[in-house]
Amino acid sequence: MPDTLVALYVFVLACFIGYYVIWGVTPSLHTPLVALTNAISGIIIVGALLVTGLENVGTAAEIFGFVAVLLASINVFGGFLVTNRMLAMFKKKDK
Amino acid sequence: MEISANTQAIAYLISAILFILALKGLTHPASARRGNFLGMAGMAIAIVATLLGNEVHSYGFIVVGVLVGAVIGTVVAARVQMTAMPQLVAALHSFVGMAAVLVAIGTFLNHDAAGSLDPVMMGELSAGIIIGAITFSGSVVAFAKLQGLVSGAPVKFKGQHALNAAIALATVALGVHFAMTESMTSLVLITLLAFILGFTLIIPIGGADMPVIISMLNSYSGWAAAATGFTLGNLLLIIVGALVGFSGAILSYIMCRAMNRSIINVVFGGFGSESEGAPSAAGVAAEKGVKSASVEDAIYWMEDANKVIIVPGYGMAVAQAQHALKELMELLEEKEVAVKFAIHPVAGRMPGHMNVLLAEADIPYDHVMEMDEINPEFPTADVTLVVGANDVVNPAARTDSSSPIYGMPILDAAKARQVYFLKRSMNPGYSGVDNLLFYQDNTSLIFGDAKDTIEGMVVALKGGGH
Repeated sequence: MPDTLVALYVFVLACFIGYYVIWGVTPSLHTPLVALTNAISGIIIVGALLVTGLENVGTAAEIFGFVAVLLASINVFGGFLVTNRMLAMFKKKDK
Repeated sequence: MEISANTQAIAYLISAILFILALKGLTHPASARRGNFLGMAGMAIAIVATLLGNEVHSYGFIVVGVLVGAVIGTVVAARVQMTAMPQLVAALHSFVGMAAVLVAIGTFLNHDAAGSLDPVMMGELSAGIIIGAITFSGSVVAFAKLQGLVSGAPVKFKGQHALNAAIALATVALGVHFAMTESMTSLVLITLLAFILGFTLIIPIGGADMPVIISMLNSYSGWAAAATGFTLGNLLLIIVGALVGFSGAILSYIMCRAMNRSIINVVFGGFGSESEGAPSAAGVAAEKGVKSASVEDAIYWMEDANKVIIVPGYGMAVAQAQHALKELMELLEEKEVAVKFAIHPVAGRMPGHMNVLLAEADIPYDHVMEMDEINPEFPTADVTLVVGANDVVNPAARTDSSSPIYGMPILDAAKARQVYFLKRSMNPGYSGVDNLLFYQDNTSLIFGDAKDTIEGMVVALKGGGH
């Protein structure tokens, strides 16, 4: 099976996982959900690392990659930390 | 130390599993924090596995980029006000979009230099750029509207939809051209057009539809990551992109359903701008006038009540009234009054916005109820206190078929024995629709800033003057 088809298989199956997992999220946590998915989509940093770190990378690509690493890193750190800050506020009574 | 491609693939798999478990953690507030930590672990594994793999050779730029990003991200996350969460989220979405564009262009340059371009990859690359650029400029517009840098009102002009369709078609055509010819000019044009498209797609959408827009852009940022995954042949990016993409899509669907509108209707706008033909029921009711009440009147009813239900809306966020509400809740509970909060799915500017603000004020989450849970309780409540909400309690949604919000599920606030509305003015809600509830016999309006009014109630209750 060609790589692109494997990728398509993975993509479609992951969509199904996403569908079922997300429906289980309680509405009261929808804001943290958006913040967490935001942090997780910072996974684009992997792509940015691959572009920037390539052997004999050209200057232009390296600069583009660097900015992408920077932006994605803000997302990863900002996203996870702000999610944590929000979730820490959700308390039950008398705790 | 360098790890093999197989080891890296296993690490990515573990990372993907951790992300799924992270999202699963949000099923309940009690497991949510652990979920977030699992997500952090997943991200750490993914980054380390990528750096140790045999594709990454130079680290200088990377280390600087990650560290600077970490500092900025940490500071922002620590400082941001909870009421500004929608803006922060919009800004972060724009970064993902921009990163996707930069990664796609960087990948093109790298492959171009190596002479290893192929049409399938170029097609995927164009998709990544288009989705990423739309996410970026769309999020910038959303940020500007939320931050009040530009008016939140919809911007509309004639031929808007035709223009958007033309830009979209041109972008896709250029994408095909690019994939076939490797033309750098096409690549630049695609990028520019997609940036413009993101802008023109979001400007016609008004402030009240922000929960849908935030969810939609959340979804786009996921698809942008997935498209990048296809370009790079990276399965982890594809999996994560699909999870995030679906998360945003489902939230958009939930928000639309909560307004009884289709996503098409939201995206192509028109809310509150339809010209009404026949005089609406609200217009007729308006002639009856409204009753206004004082803080003391409301306190008189609330302190002897068995149950008080508070309905917060965006106005509570604007007035920063959540802390005062918490104090009011405690004082009422001392008097054996049960206090609950009723949250409409689209209250506020993003999904779950009210829940976070109430949590910030230390209001326990088991006092905070969703619409379907709380609606049966309104008829047994003595008082409904509406704080900065409007359309979500408007009975016109049930009774007035000429109303633009007709069919929207609402909170049954009207069914309590007494309804008190905290209002700054008589302006209608964001839908531009007059609220029938104002004119109901058991409804009184208390005019003034919501925070001041509630603080007034707190003082009156403490004084115990009644």
